[in-house]
Amino acid sequence: MNTESFLKRITGKTRAREAGVLVALIGMLIFMGFASPFFFTSQNIFNVLRNTTTIGIIAIGVTMVIISGGIDLSVGSVMAVSAMVMARLFYHGFGTLPGMLMGLAFGAFIGVFNAVMVTKVKLPPFIATLGTLSIGRGLTVLFATGIRGAVASNITVTEPLVLFLGGGYLGPVPFPVIIMALLYAFFGWFLRNTVLGRQVFAVGSNEEAARLSGVNIDRVKLFTYTATGMLAALAGILQTGLLSTAVTNAGQALELDVIAAVVIGGASLAGGIGSVWGALIGASIMAVLRNSFVLLRLPGFAQTISIGVVIILAVALDARKNTNS
Amino acid sequence: MQTTEVLTIQDLSKSYGGVHALSSVSLGIESGEVHAVIGENGAGKSTLVKIVSGVVRRDNGTILMDGGEIQFNSPREALERGISIIHQELSMLPDMNVIENIYTGRMHTRWGVIDWKALAEKTRQALKVVEMDIDPWARVGDLSISERQMVEIAKAVDRKCRILIMDEPNSSLSEHETEVLFRIINKLKRDGIAIVYISHKLEEVLLISDRITALRDGKYVGTVAAKESKIDDLVRMMVGRELVRDDVKRSYTREPVLQVSALTGIRFRDASFELYKGEILGFSGLVGAGRSELARAIFGADRFEAGEIRLNGDVVRFSSPWEAIQSGVAMLQEDRKKLSLFMDLSIRANMAIAQMPNLANHGMIRQQELNKTIQGFVDSLRIKLNTLDHPVSSLSGGNQQKTIIGRWLATHPQVLILDEPTHGVDIGAKAEIYQMIRKLADGGMSIILISSELPEIITMSDRVVVMREGEITTILEHQDIDEETIMTWAAGGKVRKEEIEV
Repeated sequence: MNTESFLKRITGKTRAREAGVLVALIGMLIFMGFASPFFFTSQNIFNVLRNTTTIGIIAIGVTMVIISGGIDLSVGSVMAVSAMVMARLFYHGFGTLPGMLMGLAFGAFIGVFNAVMVTKVKLPPFIATLGTLSIGRGLTVLFATGIRGAVASNITVTEPLVLFLGGGYLGPVPFPVIIMALLYAFFGWFLRNTVLGRQVFAVGSNEEAARLSGVNIDRVKLFTYTATGMLAALAGILQTGLLSTAVTNAGQALELDVIAAVVIGGASLAGGIGSVWGALIGASIMAVLRNSFVLLRLPGFAQTISIGVVIILAVALDARKNTNS
Repeated sequence: MQTTEVLTIQDLSKSYGGVHALSSVSLGIESGEVHAVIGENGAGKSTLVKIVSGVVRRDNGTILMDGGEIQFNSPREALERGISIIHQELSMLPDMNVIENIYTGRMHTRWGVIDWKALAEKTRQALKVVEMDIDPWARVGDLSISERQMVEIAKAVDRKCRILIMDEPNSSLSEHETEVLFRIINKLKRDGIAIVYISHKLEEVLLISDRITALRDGKYVGTVAAKESKIDDLVRMMVGRELVRDDVKRSYTREPVLQVSALTGIRFRDASFELYKGEILGFSGLVGAGRSELARAIFGADRFEAGEIRLNGDVVRFSSPWEAIQSGVAMLQEDRKKLSLFMDLSIRANMAIAQMPNLANHGMIRQQELNKTIQGFVDSLRIKLNTLDHPVSSLSGGNQQKTIIGRWLATHPQVLILDEPTHGVDIGAKAEIYQMIRKLADGGMSIILISSELPEIITMSDRVVVMREGEITTILEHQDIDEETIMTWAAGGKVRKEEIEV
């Protein structure tokens, strides 16, 4: 099978790196098909896909941030705090839609804050988002418990729409998977066919050249960080729906998994290179790995180690290919 | 004074990929003399310095030190033999203190522990040579440029250097600081140190040096005694060649498109000029004269402090390149890799970037129209490529430059600023770029051509603005353009503008 032409067909672009990881993913699928009879049951496949959604949805935003030459460490916290804002508002009698919109808006707000810190205050993105990572986690606890810590640390959510979005099905397909698919279709198109999308690449490839070519750098960064904040909030809302609870430790250390997925998918932390499709493959590889270890009854530590090995292998092979060419 | 040659250079040659940077240059440096080396940009001064200081290897020729042949494989070996160099861009460790900067790699230790007290004392002694009262513990980044330079000199002297090479040492010094520098140079000279002084500031060269050697196009022109020379002689040595000028007098109406008056910024002062419709206005001057900075300020890439810019009669002040582009002003930057190219991105993306917003509906790119536009420029500029999807890094220098030119032509500018448009492109592409510039001007586009290559300025320009140290020294009409005149105005041989304007 020619993965490159397959990729070219679905993404309109040949990218050897994505082809490489796609081959790795397919290899894993074939191996698991033989290793476990349960693997290719539709229930398990959709389960794996659902487990891909949290990292997968957030990876769209982080991919764009990384392509533009930045980094966002705050996504795990943003996910938790946005969901908690929504849950808290429900608790105080807010309607379903207004509560969800406020949750999304809160994620967007932290994204705007990140962007302002990076573009106006000129903080390195690593530092700015490390700050909001901590602030967001603190705010999550504050919103959950109140200043005196009177309320319980997790807030139960009963709104049917939220429960359906996060935990419902459309036929056999978990609803979050459908949302994720739509988001990938949209952002894949967006990055290729809009001015802003192309400018994201230009800024990451050579920021000064982009400025001198008339690109509004600040606007591009405002977009990438704000979109990431909203996507993280959305992931938080979906997870809350699945668990029917907003939990204070949601998304803890998630930023590292997301960055891993993006990097496995071929994005360069130096900026200018990457694609959302690569990130989706990266997120899938991680979800399949997790699932495989459960099915094969291997201990948890082996799973953690193997993800680390995959990250190092993927990037090392890429670096070797670059120096060879 | 008794003199002996410490350094003898014979038939030195060096070429970079077929370009002769230096061919058969011979030169003798005596101990206790200040020997200036002058030449235009690209005359081979820095290549000579790099070979002598062990940064690059020579292709041919011999270098003798005290009569014995030497061959350095690294700057360190040159240092050990007593050849020190002070670069124009001082190469120091700004976050470390003076002691560390002077004694990097030679730290005095006792039982493996740095003996700071002894080192501080030694630093004080070293600084005495340059008559500087600098705290050894001061962070070098906090010192002024001239203090840093003195620290470098102190370091060289402390290393017992016998030949001190100074590359454009006074390019960023004030008058007073230059005086101090010259006093120190004279002192070092009395101690028998040979000083090689690279500069293109001819007045100062005459003041400080004993002998002056001129290089031109990588070749040795001659050596003269400073006492018996005048600035005009030096200019003639630097320029020399008679350039046959294809004297096409282009006709255009003197209808001003761009009027710049008394523009002042960080690296330029009080700049005034007019650019006419369909004109090619050359900007000449030595490196650091402020030409690019002035152009960047007009283009909105940098701020300016005072003055006024009029475009078609209306006052404009672009706060970003984007505004300039939308008003029909485009600028090709001088450093292609650093300021223009997106190396990871496709040729298409590199060409489309500036015009893309104008080829979109509500932010969605009209791909077909964009492809058509780009293909049009690929054809008309004759860019050689396989497919537009290949990364721009796969192209040759000339085709990369054409890609960037295409980027700017796509924006339909009425004023096109070209900063060193033929830098690092082959001869074929160069000719094509010249042809294209003429055609654009004939079509009514107004062009500012900044170039450090005099032949380029002379063959291409309708008029020439000459800048020197941030000021416009003269604007030459077509019939007055020749190499010696430009060089004299650029290097400061003639009286300045304000002295003639009475």
